Amino acid sequence: MCEPSGDMIKLAESVNNSKGDGAGPSAEDRITAVRDAGLLALSASETADALQEWRNQYIGRSGEVTLLLRGVGSLPAEQRAVFGQAANRLKNELEAAYDQREAVISAFTGPVGTIDVSLPGRSPAGGRLHPITQTIREITAAFGAMGFQTFEGPEVELEGYNFDAMNIPSDHPAREMFDTFWLDRVDEDGNNNLLLRTHTSPMQARIMETHEPPIRVVVPGRCYRYEATDASHEWHFNQVEVMAVDECITFADLKGTLYEFARRVFGAERKVRFRCDFFPFVEPGVDMSVDCFNCDGDPACRICRGSGWLEILGAGMVHPEVLRRAGYDPDRYTGFAAGMGVERVAMLKHGIDDIRHFYTNDMRFLSQF
Amino acid sequence: MKVPISWLEEYVPVTLPLDDLAHRLTMAGTEVVSIDTTLSFEGVVVGLAKEVGPHPNADRLRLVQVDAGDETLEVVCGAPNVATGQKIAFARIGSVLTDAHTGEERKLKRSKIRGVTSNGMVCSERELGMSDEHEGILVLPEGAPIGMSLGEYLGETLLDLELTPNRPDCLAVMGVAREVAALTGETATPPSIEYPEHGPDIATLAKVEIEDLDLCRRYTATLIQGVKIGPSPDWLADRLRAIGERPINNVVDVTNYVMFELGQPLHAFDFDSLSEGRIVVRRARPGETLLTLDGETRELTDDNLMIADAGKPIGLGGIIGGTESGITGSTTSVLLEAANFDGPNNRRSASKFGIRTEATLRFEKNLRPELAEYGVRRATKLILEVAGGTVASGIIDEWPDKAGAVQVVELPANAIERLLGVSYESGVVISTFEGLGMEVVSNNGAYSVTPPYWRPDIGIPEDLIEELARVIGYEKIPTTGITGSVPVWEPNPDRVLREAMKNILSRFGMQETISYSLTTPEAEAHARPPGHGLQPLQVMNPLSAEHATLRTTLRHSILTVLSRNARIWRGPLWMFESGRVYLDRGEGVGLPDEPEKFVGVVAGPRSDLEWMSGEPESSDFYDAKGIVESLLSEFGVTASFVPVEENTFEPGRCAQIVIPSAGRAVIGVLGEVASDVLSTFDIDTAPVAMFELDVEAIARLPELQSLGQQDYVPFGRFPDSSRDLALVIDDNAPAADVLALAERNRLVVSATVFDVYQGDAIPSGKKSLAVRVVYQAPDRTLTADELIKAENSILRALEHNFGAELRAR
Ligand SMILES: [Zn+2]
Repeated sequence: MCEPSGDMIKLAESVNNSKGDGAGPSAEDRITAVRDAGLLALSASETADALQEWRNQYIGRSGEVTLLLRGVGSLPAEQRAVFGQAANRLKNELEAAYDQREAVISAFTGPVGTIDVSLPGRSPAGGRLHPITQTIREITAAFGAMGFQTFEGPEVELEGYNFDAMNIPSDHPAREMFDTFWLDRVDEDGNNNLLLRTHTSPMQARIMETHEPPIRVVVPGRCYRYEATDASHEWHFNQVEVMAVDECITFADLKGTLYEFARRVFGAERKVRFRCDFFPFVEPGVDMSVDCFNCDGDPACRICRGSGWLEILGAGMVHPEVLRRAGYDPDRYTGFAAGMGVERVAMLKHGIDDIRHFYTNDMRFLSQF
Repeated sequence: MKVPISWLEEYVPVTLPLDDLAHRLTMAGTEVVSIDTTLSFEGVVVGLAKEVGPHPNADRLRLVQVDAGDETLEVVCGAPNVATGQKIAFARIGSVLTDAHTGEERKLKRSKIRGVTSNGMVCSERELGMSDEHEGILVLPEGAPIGMSLGEYLGETLLDLELTPNRPDCLAVMGVAREVAALTGETATPPSIEYPEHGPDIATLAKVEIEDLDLCRRYTATLIQGVKIGPSPDWLADRLRAIGERPINNVVDVTNYVMFELGQPLHAFDFDSLSEGRIVVRRARPGETLLTLDGETRELTDDNLMIADAGKPIGLGGIIGGTESGITGSTTSVLLEAANFDGPNNRRSASKFGIRTEATLRFEKNLRPELAEYGVRRATKLILEVAGGTVASGIIDEWPDKAGAVQVVELPANAIERLLGVSYESGVVISTFEGLGMEVVSNNGAYSVTPPYWRPDIGIPEDLIEELARVIGYEKIPTTGITGSVPVWEPNPDRVLREAMKNILSRFGMQETISYSLTTPEAEAHARPPGHGLQPLQVMNPLSAEHATLRTTLRHSILTVLSRNARIWRGPLWMFESGRVYLDRGEGVGLPDEPEKFVGVVAGPRSDLEWMSGEPESSDFYDAKGIVESLLSEFGVTASFVPVEENTFEPGRCAQIVIPSAGRAVIGVLGEVASDVLSTFDIDTAPVAMFELDVEAIARLPELQSLGQQDYVPFGRFPDSSRDLALVIDDNAPAADVLALAERNRLVVSATVFDVYQGDAIPSGKKSLAVRVVYQAPDRTLTADELIKAENSILRALEHNFGAELRAR
């Protein structure tokens, strides 16, 4: 840094040029003189005190460079810009040289003393996202990587979408699987037709009604079921719905997609099991489980109750009746759908033993995730 | 559904080890929850009452010498039915029994009863927890081996099945046997229905009319005369006990047994109680009542299907019988009913009367009418065997709409591959379907399949494909990725914004919380939110009074969470919730609005306790404001904060968040929560700053439309200069206005307050403001003259507008 920088040389040239145009020589000479003397004196400064003295003399409040800068205003207007820039460059150059010299000198003055490196550092502020938000993001990201887009839908839902569109007519015994909160509203016929959705599945119908295939969606959201709360049941919970519909979606695709999801969210070492199950809105129906995190088939395992498997989601090929009701030709399109409980996924991942923790919002719980 | 293995083996050979069988069943959809190997009666063994004699001090007690296999013990017994030579359930000292009076479990101790030591107990069914029967002791069959543990003797190995609602066939042992046969390649053999018919033609004795065919498709009946009602033989009673049913009498037990064996519910009437020997199946007439077997008088309506005789109601079809027509000890003629009742109607009536029986569990799943005849013949055969009598010739069979019964499902060529992604040779397909009892006609890759009557769930090609897949095994189907085009990307800016806001707030040190969306108007009112002019949406059937309406504000949610944590958490209480409120649009306007909101509270210490700074200060309004400002600045939005009064907040300490660039759109509110609101929530931490933001309003701001697309603006290459001003200005002049005025000067790049002071040396009604002003020009280094000129011009403007005076430069 003791050599003039490229910029400085250019500046000097431009000042020379201005001199050729008739500017006074004194200003440029003064800058050069201050620079040469300053750099020389700096290299002669051997101690911190001497360095401080140099600083006062050249770049301090009433130092020579400062005086040069102040003098800019008194120059003829046409010279001010050029000279002002040159003086500023000088200031920067000397300051940089000073910093470098100071580092050299302090390196020779020995260590400044030890610090207690065990004392805690200053913490940056640290808030966290709710574990449910984190889990939803993990799930939607896993499917997002396979081209599934995230949609959301209404929590207050029409009976027609929640049940009928999902192939669950009013007298179907399967309605019992979905104990329902009804809203105190009646339609023109005097029927209660508004409810709190019992699952995210009605979004299958809403999305198909408003979109052309191909469809690949994930739909997270709150759901509600009229059931007593205990360690593994909540009346208020979150689900993620997954659906793919196109001209040639197969059961093998369902398996491949869900298998990939399980690897991403639960880890590549997990075993995955697909078994037959029943849901009114799919056919064939599937239950997907992963092998228990907690045990190796221990009959006394609290988490899997000895089965060695943990149910993660219900799935299946979209029922032709669901396709037909949504205006899709089931002879042309097929699809698969899956739904999973977010709380359950979070509980299994983190070993949480009581679902009620999620909505109690105790900081001692939330701050762990 | 519990299935004893010995019962299952009557219809199908069990060739796999039970664990493997359970696995196959589970994978194919019939989940085996557990294999229960034995009943357990701790310490209880089969004993022989070698000798029964009188008790020396009590007339109603006996002394029994019990041979327990390894020793003979004397016990005191109070049961009237104990007799020499009986095999009995003997509880040794230390056995765990159910107390006959309190119903609680307790450990049997050695005790003296009226002066005689009792070395154990001869048990009743109630003490063993098997039934409520405690009048007499449980007498075991003669062949019971002395000394064997009772659990081992009475116990059965059971499969405990969890069934899906589509498989009523597996609500029967025979159905499970068929499933086992299909999955293991065995053949299931149904039980015999052959019996002699020596009585007169049934048509000459009894008559059945179905008036309401929509609720009863088929009604079959047989008549057995000369039966002798009594206890069931051991094999029958034991089977019922093994699956948790209580034996009643031989005829009723047979109807129960056949329901569990074949899945067809049955009912036995005392034929002699039926007026004119006639059965009429019809809707109840308004005002009709029926005293049912459980002792309740039921008021009936025309929604209820009634079984009547020539005059009066005698039973609720498929739900429960009437008392008057029930089987009693003196019944000699039994009319046995096996009918096909309408599922939905049966289910509605049963739930209206609060009777949830095994019969409804089956009827509601729409059994096929074919099952009725098989059921009635099977039960008739068993009644003959266990209760004697003579069967009238023939059966009554009212089945007017027989034609509609058979249903062929057409499975087109390539349908299997199209849905599963894999094809199977026709030999595999045909043998799989036939193994499930289906009739198959194959034609050039297509199949015409007739499902058996016990599989009412199979009606479309996809059902058949599931059958094929589950029998072959889902695990054998290949795993592929989706091919085909990826859907067109559809932006969702509101959601992206909401998630980004969550990230930013958590980065700023706020913890996300999530609260229930159901609450009550009273609870919400505690936070005193501004009204919406509409009633909250009400849940008709709330689980609890405190979760009865959908929330219209998040303020109550976050203050409740703050209240919960204020006493237990020492660190910063900086928390936010992102969620919906639910706003009714009025009757008949369809779905409500569900706008997304953010609410945050900032309270407690500003940081955790740290060694370099000592006790942290309380966080306050300006922490919350800084969060809001920085949040908005991430989206390039600059807000101004306009004083406003809202009931939630302390007077004079609340501001609307206004966006000048968007026509002064209001996107939220920020303030210090009023102290009486805090005390309502039992929050003793103060101050509590709170903000509320409207996601949709932010998403609509012009800055958000071009987010991520802003053009690069070259930054100043010439040095800037900063100069500080110490101003004394009117107390009520907003600092923001002072800064805005300073920044209006074209040489000023920024003006920042770095100190606010009131007190000594400052006149009252005034405040001191220290402002650092940074000057810069894009095209040159500013001269000292220029700086001073600019500064003077700013000072003049400040003096003119706010009476500002310079304290120091
Ligand atoms: Zn386990």
